[in-house]
Amino acid sequence: MIPTPDLSHLRPADYEHVYEPAEDTFILLDALEQEAEQLKSLNPQISLEIGPVHVRSQEIPPNVSARSGSGCVSSFLGHITGSSAARVFSVLPTIIFLPSTLKKSISVRISTPTLANVPSQRAAKIRHPVNASLAHPLLARLRKSVDIILFNPPYVPTVYDEASGAQEDRGIEGSWAGGQDGMQVTDKFFPQVAVILRRRAGGEHLSVLVFTRK
Amino acid sequence: MVRLITHNLLACHVKGCTSNNFPLEFKDVQVVLRESEFNPDFLRGFIPKLEWTALVGAARQLGDTSLPDQPPEMLDDDFLKTLHHVLLEIHVEEGIMICPNCKHNYPISNGIPNMLLAEHEIG
Repeated sequence: MIPTPDLSHLRPADYEHVYEPAEDTFILLDALEQEAEQLKSLNPQISLEIGPVHVRSQEIPPNVSARSGSGCVSSFLGHITGSSAARVFSVLPTIIFLPSTLKKSISVRISTPTLANVPSQRAAKIRHPVNASLAHPLLARLRKSVDIILFNPPYVPTVYDEASGAQEDRGIEGSWAGGQDGMQVTDKFFPQVAVILRRRAGGEHLSVLVFTRK
Repeated sequence: MVRLITHNLLACHVKGCTSNNFPLEFKDVQVVLRESEFNPDFLRGFIPKLEWTALVGAARQLGDTSLPDQPPEMLDDDFLKTLHHVLLEIHVEEGIMICPNCKHNYPISNGIPNMLLAEHEIG
């Protein structure tokens, strides 16, 4: 039994902006735990979590932190793989997911609960946050290099505009509003997976959990 | 938290900017040194993934000249400790990363690189 990461550093007010670990988070954690042995045996060097970030640009004066996901899942993965003898899980570039529709003029400060106060100092050491839209800035250098990709995308079916608007506004709605069939964001990411996932002699191991609500 | 290991993996991805778009050049940086756990096995495994020349150049831009022009054939602990320091203990907290090709500026704020582009800039 691997303990769920301690999120006591999050204050109630944070959950207005941070996607609080919910049922889907725990399903994902359970799935990771079930595959713990296999994940360890991958001896992962580079793992990538595409996490949500929810920034309400209008509300954020300069120098105030924006918010992202809680970091719960990648911390958990670190517990699983970091306990192996080699402690190879030293690199966990965490891609803070921001949608491609954002205006670049908004310079976002992110000193999030995720990044500033992750459950342990050790977890803080192994994370490499990048503020990006999916994995775009890493595609050139991480071709066939990523051992584990974690992504709990927005998956609740909504109309297209609602999903796009949610990403653009960067409200917490962006963590669930998934557009057509709930796949609007996920479909954008799949081609990137093909580029960066490491191929192994024994074939890749690809686990995809899909939640849909139709 | 922009460490040189991260810097070594980031390329400019502005639409049409596909050559000479790596490594990004540092400008106006504030650097902080933070110790982290030494893991020789991890480093040995990671060396093939590094663009060595880019790493050496970035380290020198930040004032660290401890790395050789080429990685040595013998990866002894002394060398790995030097590499560990350069790769994982030098943190760029504030500053800008500039694409050598299209000159796009990627700001680093509070240790986080902002690699976001406007929609029309995305390839």
